[in-house]
Amino acid sequence: MKSSVITFPGSNCDRDMDVALKKFGFKNKMVWHNDAEFPKSDLVVLPGGFSYGDYLRCGSMASKSKIMKSVINFANSGGIVMGICNGFQILVETGLVPGVLLRNKYLEFICKNVFVKINNKQNTFFKNIDNNVLEFHIAHNEGNYFCTKDQLKEIEDNEQVAINYCDKDGKSEEQFNPNGSIKNIAGIFNKKKNILGMMPHPERMIDPSLSGEDGSLFFNNLINNLK
Amino acid sequence: MKISVIITLKKDVLDPQGKVIHQTLDGMGFNDLNEVRQGKYFEIETKESDPKKAKDKVEEMCKKLLANLVIENYKIIDAQ
Repeated sequence: MKSSVITFPGSNCDRDMDVALKKFGFKNKMVWHNDAEFPKSDLVVLPGGFSYGDYLRCGSMASKSKIMKSVINFANSGGIVMGICNGFQILVETGLVPGVLLRNKYLEFICKNVFVKINNKQNTFFKNIDNNVLEFHIAHNEGNYFCTKDQLKEIEDNEQVAINYCDKDGKSEEQFNPNGSIKNIAGIFNKKKNILGMMPHPERMIDPSLSGEDGSLFFNNLINNLK
Repeated sequence: MKISVIITLKKDVLDPQGKVIHQTLDGMGFNDLNEVRQGKYFEIETKESDPKKAKDKVEEMCKKLLANLVIENYKIIDAQ
């Protein structure tokens, strides 16, 4: 399986993602944002970081990068695209997934492990995964997911909520919401579910001695689903 | 020609920064405030000399980049 990770000026989780993808069998290529095309890929990843220094709005500048035209075409033709953290912010700015990510409710940069509940397994990202709850890491200042009431209804009707913040048993309540996101939303799909945007970083949970292994579960499952 | 744009958060969007500024102002003794909302201000200098055309272009910029219409409104201030 082939993957491409797009590096924008200010991306800083691109190499972590490269390490994670390679560890679980992807042949990964790093692609510079100013290139027009990426190599033929089964998966395209927009990594975390602070693209363009978060100027204007997080992800807004990167969403207009040269490479994004190809990424948008790839996504619109059913290609599997994943945006993590700043990558999620870039995805919402392109309009590929609905909503926006606002400043965290309590104005703090949050850096900690969280539990997320998988809300929908009828898709390439979570199909066949045994766990219902995963422990991932979050590190963000703007992860407060917001959308209009109409958008929320549409997202829920189409089962586009991918993961919600919860406790270790999968209880998704306000007290387990780290950043003020509507309905504890931590990640969403597009309508067709070939695009996933999420704030948590699975690539930081791929080594039991450093962190945890729930990212390993995620990547192992993802590559098997793509085969 | 110079055109100015003000971007503000829509009414029902939470503005935690505005809230903290409000609280701080309140603590400084400015305690007759109902609400503070923070926004953005742009000054755009264009080579276009026709005010109508310049305004239309800036409106396009607002829709495509300067504002995120899910959460923000924009107001173009007349060309000078």
